[in-house]
Amino acid sequence: MATLSLRDVKKSFNATQVLHGIDLEVGDGELVVIVGASGCGKSTLLRIVAGLETPTSGQIVINGRDVTGLEPADRDIAMVFQNYALYPHMTVFGNMAYGLKIRGMGRAEIQRRVAAAAEILGIGPLLERKPKQLSGGQRQRVAMGRAIVREPALFLFDEPLSNLDAKLRVQMRAEIRRLQRRLGVTSLFVTHDQVEAMTLGDRLVVMNAGRPAQVAPPMEIFSRPADTYVAGFIGSPAMNFIPASLDQGNASARLADGTLIPFADGPRPGPAGMPITLGLRPEHVEPGEGPGSVPLSVELIEPLGSETVVHGRTPGGMAVTARMSGAFTGDRLPVRLAPTHLHVFDADTGRRLDP
Amino acid sequence: MQKKVIFRGRILPIALLAPQLAITILFFFWPAGRAIYQSLLREDAFGLSQEFVGIENFQEVLSDPNWLNAAFNSVVFSGCVAGLALGIALFLAVQADKSLRGVTLYRSLLIWPYAVAPAVSAVLWLFLFQPQVGLIGRWLNAAGVAWDYRLNGTHAMILIVIAAAWKQIAYNFIFFLAGLQSIPASVLEAAAIDGARPSRRFWSIIFPLLSPTTFFLLIVNLTYAFFETFGIIHALTSGGPGQATETLIYKVYVDGVQNLNLGLSSAQSVILMVLVIALTAVQFRAVEKKVHY
Amino acid sequence: MEGIAKPAPTAALAEPIRNDALLRATRRRRIFSRLLAHGALILGVLIVAFPIYMTLVGSTHDAGTIGRGDVPLLPGAHAVENYATAWNEGGGRTHTTPASTMLVNSLIMAVAIAVGKIAISILSAYAVVFFSFPGRMLAFWAIFITLMLPVEVRIIPTFQVIVDLNLGNTWPGLVIPLIASATATLLFRQFFLTIPDEFVEAAKIDGAGPLRFLKDVVLPLSLTNIAALFVILFIYGWNQYLWPLLIINDRSMETIVVGLSKMIGRGDSQNEWNTIMATAVLALLPPVLVVALMQRWFVRGLTETEK
Repeated sequence: MATLSLRDVKKSFNATQVLHGIDLEVGDGELVVIVGASGCGKSTLLRIVAGLETPTSGQIVINGRDVTGLEPADRDIAMVFQNYALYPHMTVFGNMAYGLKIRGMGRAEIQRRVAAAAEILGIGPLLERKPKQLSGGQRQRVAMGRAIVREPALFLFDEPLSNLDAKLRVQMRAEIRRLQRRLGVTSLFVTHDQVEAMTLGDRLVVMNAGRPAQVAPPMEIFSRPADTYVAGFIGSPAMNFIPASLDQGNASARLADGTLIPFADGPRPGPAGMPITLGLRPEHVEPGEGPGSVPLSVELIEPLGSETVVHGRTPGGMAVTARMSGAFTGDRLPVRLAPTHLHVFDADTGRRLDP
Repeated sequence: MQKKVIFRGRILPIALLAPQLAITILFFFWPAGRAIYQSLLREDAFGLSQEFVGIENFQEVLSDPNWLNAAFNSVVFSGCVAGLALGIALFLAVQADKSLRGVTLYRSLLIWPYAVAPAVSAVLWLFLFQPQVGLIGRWLNAAGVAWDYRLNGTHAMILIVIAAAWKQIAYNFIFFLAGLQSIPASVLEAAAIDGARPSRRFWSIIFPLLSPTTFFLLIVNLTYAFFETFGIIHALTSGGPGQATETLIYKVYVDGVQNLNLGLSSAQSVILMVLVIALTAVQFRAVEKKVHY
Repeated sequence: MEGIAKPAPTAALAEPIRNDALLRATRRRRIFSRLLAHGALILGVLIVAFPIYMTLVGSTHDAGTIGRGDVPLLPGAHAVENYATAWNEGGGRTHTTPASTMLVNSLIMAVAIAVGKIAISILSAYAVVFFSFPGRMLAFWAIFITLMLPVEVRIIPTFQVIVDLNLGNTWPGLVIPLIASATATLLFRQFFLTIPDEFVEAAKIDGAGPLRFLKDVVLPLSLTNIAALFVILFIYGWNQYLWPLLIINDRSMETIVVGLSKMIGRGDSQNEWNTIMATAVLALLPPVLVVALMQRWFVRGLTETEK
């Protein structure tokens, strides 16, 4: 098994710089998820690790070997593609055996490995079929089987679940997780779906326009996002952002309409009156009357069954989304912006401000 | 197959079809029928009377050493043309598919021989290979090869093969390039990751996936070599020297137009008809099978 | 920016092992592959262009130089007079038809065939797709079968029909037998099938009859297909050899492709090669120009007609 090390990896296509110097260390057996919106460079990064693209500068180190500049065949990796990329003219068995045959493995050993992988993935009965006779989920499994039999140092996943329907996606997600844990293969997984990222990754790399915005375990990303981009990307419905400024010796935030919200955990660094952005997740916008509560005029109610998402506006005209348990109807919803779950960001840079 | 929403009326569509049907009947079915009919007859020496002889003409044709020689020439000629044109075109298409700069320029520069008539192609190559006047012809003679396609049957065959293949390379190139570009890049990337080097990728992945295109082109090339190359032979060698380059289609012309032997030439035409029908049928099956996924 | 999370690597920034030999081999392979590609393609282009080039060169020298076997690799100075001779008087020792006449004849033939084929095929495909009448499928199959009968195979009996109709040596006799085209009809039929039903319904509601619909809706939609087919069919028509050879005896109606081959005679070195080469260049120029200018339609036409 392996460690993966990315050192200052940069990539430019002609004049456009797509990756701005990525550093990453992946530990043995870890599943790291690279997540971000389209165009953020995550697929490019994966392809650079695979050797399908060359970085403009930087190093890729797999298991202590510098593989930058080597072809994919020499890197001891396996990859699962978004559209599976199975060899259409070969049977399932042929697809899985191809890489092993190239490496000169004997027939008996090939049989053994393919059978073992087929059993893990439940595709034993499909071995003699051709890809066009398989469903999407089955093709996905074959693609994974092809990767497993190689017993590589590194697994690469390029949005493998994006082409599956929602229900299958949830099911395959869990299977991939279990599989990876069982085999203990170091893995790099790329997706644009934040739910996939949260459920699969030991650690997440949130990419924003070619830069890693934050690299941390899922819960840390959720509860302590490093900037407004990460805060707004992870979590659904998205976090509420409220413009404010530092006040009262930087121990409180003053909103545009004058409301004062004291920080629960201490003053923030910075000049007095510095503009900041407050962040509060909808699930932390609590309905309640009393001092400090803001009456929202309700614009849209989305019932989810066990919960309800309410979109409203403060008297000052600011849009706020609240997520509450149970059902709700009505056109007025008084809410409290509890200081305990408040996130504070620098309004200019978007970076998180800690006390 | 038909559209669900159509116009009313019967006279109009028949009127629209009339020109094509008229020409088809007059210049396709009627002559084809006549050819079949005439292949069963034999004229006397003066062309005055005809006698029904059943399949005797066919038997005579099939046992005629000249016809067998023409058949042999056709097979050799077509095989060489197809092999040369397909091989070179595939090689060039593979190089062009490597996503280099200037691929469209290369493509533009490689496809225009398609526009050149076979007969004109013959003239161009004639000018190069003429023993006294042609650049390559003179050079060959100077290098010790007694090059003269007017005297040497093999030389003549080589010349017409080159002239015919030269034209077809362009056509094959276009189709091969399109076929190569229709293979999803991710499949080749998966093969690269599985450990396959470029030549292995070609033989184990690209070539099999390209096989419908290859097969289709093979049929087209064979049909081209069998039938459309009349102009080359007529312009360059007139089937000579000594019938060394007389192909089946050329023999039909010689027997029918020059020797005015209608019965035999019709029999030969009928045999060729059967051949081309078979080739076309195979070609259509190949086109249907083209889609893998 | 957080990068070194867990585990805290002790030798994380130590030098990784590099396989320099493998790196060099990889780089060599890549460069070689690129060189091979460019080299092969350039060689291909040269081989393809070489005969044309020599022909061009041949058309710019005088007959004596060529006849002696001294034809060099570079153009000479006699271009104007050679082309003028070819244009006005024709070449070859038998002084065949001037190239100017032959070019015009070829042009008429090619355009007539291309336009004729397209027109007839559109009408036929339209009838087969947009109507229902007894014998519809029979008519379609009858047309389809003609794919299997290239003119070379039915040459003599077709010739007999023309003679019987007294159309030998005439423009209709030359052009009409080549006009019925299964490929064009199939192409248009396939295309017409993809026209959404809603168009026909809207036309009916608007009160447009079938001919109106053809003129105002179907034809404009078919323009790209027509352009693509025109390139292919123009080339087909221009390059016709066997049929004009048989049908045309009148020198003034000779096409340039046939005329050119007659100029060669027996391929003697005493031919007026310079004029012949000039004629050859003139013979291949129009179709090549058509392909060059309409290249996109040409490629599209090729790939479409083989479906």
